[in-house]
Amino acid sequence: MKFDRVLQYSQAYNFYQWVSRRRGPEPGVVYLTQRRVYILPTRPGLIFGVALILMLIGSINYNLSLGYVLTFLLAGVGVVSILHTFRNLVHLYVSGGRASPAFAGDPAHFQIVFENRRDFPRHSLELACGRATARCDVPAQRHSTVELALKTEKRGWLPLPRVTLDTRFPLGLVRAWSYVQPELSALVYPRPDAALLPAPESDSDAGDAVSTGTGTDDFAGLRSYSTSDSPRHVAWKASARSETLLTKVFAARASSELWFDWARLPAAMGVEARLSRLTRWVLLAEERGLRYGLKLPDKSVPLGEGFPHRERCLRELALYHG
Amino acid sequence: MAETRSGPALPFAPLATLVAACVLAVAPHAQWLAAWVSLGAAALLAWRVVVTVRRGILPPRWTLVLLTLGTVAGVFLSYRTIMGRDPGVTLLVMLLFLKLLETRAARDVFVVAFLVYFVALANFFYTQSIPMAALTLLTVTAATTALVGFSAPQRRLADDLSTAGRLLVQASPMMLLLFFLFPRVQGPLWGLPQDAYTGVAGLSDTMSPGTISALSLSDAIAFRVKFEGAPPPRGQLYWRGPVLTDFDGRTWRVSLPQLRRAMSIEAFGTPIDYEVTLEPHNRNWMFALEMPTRLPPNARLTSEYLPISLSPIRSRIRYEVRSTPQFVMRSGAEPGDLSAALRIPGVVNPRARTLAAEWRASLSDDVAIVRRAIDFFRGSRFEYTLEPPLLGRDSVDEFLFDTKQGFCEHFASSFVFLMRAAGVPARVVTGYQGGDTNPVDGYMVVRQADAHAWAEVWLADSGWTRVDPTAAAIPVRVELGITAAAPAGAPLLMRSGLDWLKRARNEWDALTNQWNQWVLGYNPERQLEMLSRLGMKQPSWETMTMTLFWSVGGVLLLVALWLLRGVRPEDAVLRAWLRFCNKLERMGLKRSASEGPLDYARRVSARLPAREAMVHAIAALYVELRYGPAADAASIARLKQLVRDFRP
Repeated sequence: MKFDRVLQYSQAYNFYQWVSRRRGPEPGVVYLTQRRVYILPTRPGLIFGVALILMLIGSINYNLSLGYVLTFLLAGVGVVSILHTFRNLVHLYVSGGRASPAFAGDPAHFQIVFENRRDFPRHSLELACGRATARCDVPAQRHSTVELALKTEKRGWLPLPRVTLDTRFPLGLVRAWSYVQPELSALVYPRPDAALLPAPESDSDAGDAVSTGTGTDDFAGLRSYSTSDSPRHVAWKASARSETLLTKVFAARASSELWFDWARLPAAMGVEARLSRLTRWVLLAEERGLRYGLKLPDKSVPLGEGFPHRERCLRELALYHG
Repeated sequence: MAETRSGPALPFAPLATLVAACVLAVAPHAQWLAAWVSLGAAALLAWRVVVTVRRGILPPRWTLVLLTLGTVAGVFLSYRTIMGRDPGVTLLVMLLFLKLLETRAARDVFVVAFLVYFVALANFFYTQSIPMAALTLLTVTAATTALVGFSAPQRRLADDLSTAGRLLVQASPMMLLLFFLFPRVQGPLWGLPQDAYTGVAGLSDTMSPGTISALSLSDAIAFRVKFEGAPPPRGQLYWRGPVLTDFDGRTWRVSLPQLRRAMSIEAFGTPIDYEVTLEPHNRNWMFALEMPTRLPPNARLTSEYLPISLSPIRSRIRYEVRSTPQFVMRSGAEPGDLSAALRIPGVVNPRARTLAAEWRASLSDDVAIVRRAIDFFRGSRFEYTLEPPLLGRDSVDEFLFDTKQGFCEHFASSFVFLMRAAGVPARVVTGYQGGDTNPVDGYMVVRQADAHAWAEVWLADSGWTRVDPTAAAIPVRVELGITAAAPAGAPLLMRSGLDWLKRARNEWDALTNQWNQWVLGYNPERQLEMLSRLGMKQPSWETMTMTLFWSVGGVLLLVALWLLRGVRPEDAVLRAWLRFCNKLERMGLKRSASEGPLDYARRVSARLPAREAMVHAIAALYVELRYGPAADAASIARLKQLVRDFRP
């Protein structure tokens, strides 16, 4: 235990833990201490070193005093730039922001927030996580938010993997980097398939026939807005004229209530295919402004409409454990 | 197409800065390299500018390959080789612009910037003057600014410039330490190319009419002298150079210098100690006042009393000499030497021979003949001019009896001819006569324009004796110097009458001298000298390396502290808080990761009611210091004290 605490102060040990991915995500704000910023020369930096050695040999061979001056000045610039690159990254506060949900296959956006409490700006910070990269500057005494778009494959929670944070500012001769893994997860919904909306079950609930397929709903008139109405159906132009919010009423809408039931899908469909189909229906129903409910083997979501309702249905679909 | 392959176009401002750096680095080379190089470089540059401004497409690879091959061919045609200094520099310059034409991505940018550094270094092959140093600093600043610009493309150019300036300023202490402490090695490490030392002015080992007058048009500095005491009077300032014995009727040549023979100098009078800083002239001889009695360790005296170095002088050197103004030279007077000093070509100059024969017949001894000849030069009305009329085959006759216009080489040459014709062994000595003391730093400056030629005759009683026929005919040349003797021909800046110009030149000369002494002349010897003066006992490369290591380390530490300054207070607050959390953790009250300080304090005080006030005080103070406005030192100290005293 005590030994472990001593080890925490070792840069090499920290580095080993990051590289072998033994470190888990860190909640809250991460402070980039000097111990967790690593630094090594880049390829141009190594070439620069070789060039300096050649210049030194030339100066010695031709007895060029100013050659020595130039070589040593450039060597000084190279060494000082190491400190500048290090300073550009160290003592930065990093935390997770929002992670927006996505459908499987689409990129999920993870926000990472940088806070620079020092009185100089940080330039050209580059983030890399898998194939996703992003770049940002953090002005002095300011926050900056940057988004990483990560590819998603499976539904469910997608935790943010280890993010490599690096910078080569100011000369590009050395690279300082650090690993951070803010505790941040995005919800990945099942990927919707391309099915059409089913016909409502006349026996499940009272209701008239609903147009299926591609036909547009008939516009039936306007009524005053109630908070459960989807913003999509607000008649903005008419509202502007009449001073109160008005909602467009569609003929089909008033009369349609749909239940999307896991059990009623064809028996041949697998778990993921069913989830994809149900997801598609939820999206279509919400788009049309219908009232709909969801029935899964272990859970059901009652009839409803609007964005929060959609989110709730999608969340159940994403986290379904068969 | 090129654009899609290489990704986004390079940002404009850094690219423009990089191009400016290339121009600054290459511009001085235009004076030294072949004309087609400058034209070719300008054409490639124009191409790149047009492509950038019009957002056109850079040339394809095969064009560049053809251009590169063309460049190599051009270098070979110009220089007949591609090895050596000038061909190397030419290739480097062309390579820089070809690379610029190929610069599409960040990778190329680094190559161009590094090539700029190389080309800037190559300028120092030709000159290491103060203006060149200033230009190089400008070049390096531009190239560094461009690199900064490419690593942060969205910034303004002024910010890039200030970052680059900061880097250079912070690098300069390390540069100074390295410059003074890096163990110096005397180059060259290997053989230098043949053309490494062309184009240096100075005396040569032959003299024909016009040789020295051509040199007199140059106000380039031959050497500088610092006297320990007061400088001797101008009339004694004869700086001995090559001694010319062989004459073919027109040209005087040195005979082979002989080192191994016994030398003897009888010297009287007060010795003069002084230090000479000699400009490189690619010859072996070193200059000293007549007559050097103590030479620097790496110099030898020839049988003609000329101090020479064992290798050609190819970089500015400094040496200490002691001379004695009164002396007798008796060496170099063996029968072979004397007969060589009497030889004249058979048929030329009949009138001079007749005159000499008359002197020999009428006068009893050599001393009288010499005196008579001096009277002859003094009595005839000779004119001293840098532009004497051209002389034919009997050059001595024509000068002595017809034109009577000449420069010191005419006087010396005619006098020695007369002496030899009269049977008195004689020879020509070239060197410098005079020198001006710069009132700014007290150094005496001897210029190429002070080049001079005089004569020596062998007299049985007094050995080789100096006779300056120019001084006899034109006394003003030796008493007041070349500018007084031939005002119209002297270099502009050496003429009198332009006092402010002269003063400005003195200031500049003194500055250049300091630069030469301390920057350019900082060689292994001067390094040892300076380090011992600074108190380093027995400086060696080991001690220098150790000193360098620690001092550079110290300087870097200071720069690092300066760069990372201001992080302390915040750190202290956090550290105190973590220490507090650690104390509680040992009690089994670990703070969960998502728990804020105040929530944690609430939970802890529920478990430790006795410490409630203390815990809340610490948490509140921590929150205030960490998230409130700027933390003051007293509050931080209080937090630390509270945490230290806290016993759960």
